[in-house]
Amino acid sequence: MSYKVIEEGGISIVHLDGEIDMDVTEKAKEVIMPLIEAKKEVHLNLKEVQYMDSSGISVLIESHQKATELGTKVILKDISKSVLKVIMMAKLEQILNLG
Amino acid sequence: MNNLAQISEQRDFVVSSSSLKDVRSFSREVFEKVNIDQDLKDELVLAIAEAAQNIVKHAYQGEDTEDKMEIKISLSNGNLEIGFFDKGRPVEKDKIRHRKIDDIKPGGLGTFFIQQIMDAVVFKEGEKPWINHLILSKKINY
Repeated sequence: MSYKVIEEGGISIVHLDGEIDMDVTEKAKEVIMPLIEAKKEVHLNLKEVQYMDSSGISVLIESHQKATELGTKVILKDISKSVLKVIMMAKLEQILNLG
Repeated sequence: MNNLAQISEQRDFVVSSSSLKDVRSFSREVFEKVNIDQDLKDELVLAIAEAAQNIVKHAYQGEDTEDKMEIKISLSNGNLEIGFFDKGRPVEKDKIRHRKIDDIKPGGLGTFFIQQIMDAVVFKEGEKPWINHLILSKKINY
């Protein structure tokens, strides 16, 4: 997994790339969580994520919950077909913010 | 592409989260030989990777080890069977549960995905030298 963070109008846009599994979830959290803890609105661009497993979905849930707790939000953008399928399999499409 | 596939392939992997990408590559290679749609292939790869992840997470509780797990994918007459063998802690079947669908929290999703994708999930005591033997099965139409 690789990533790129862009700041745009007070919003942190995190572009994730590659496959997100248990082996890289800590790295993903290290990128995303400090932004949320800084109470920034975070957009996760998932266009280039070709694979995500339950560990990756857990990162999305944790991020969403942390953001809600701190009064900000995480919005999932440009979700790839394969990631959307896993989100729907987990029945989270009504819970997570899909933008 | 094999329309009447009879497949039996197995491979060993070090029990580690860093092996999960190799588990997926192996699974994709095997399913490339079968004439089933890509969505189903992706689901099967996910189920296999989740089961392998459970071995790393639960049978070995994330500990460093040189132990290997074995994954065997067999397809015969439309009956897909995927076997997982490991030497970790014995699985306590009563403690295996996926999250309730209205309980939104991280964790417990892997087992839920496996049960969504596969027709049957069976835990057996492994024959020596194995401790655990998990069998995932599904009827495949191709």
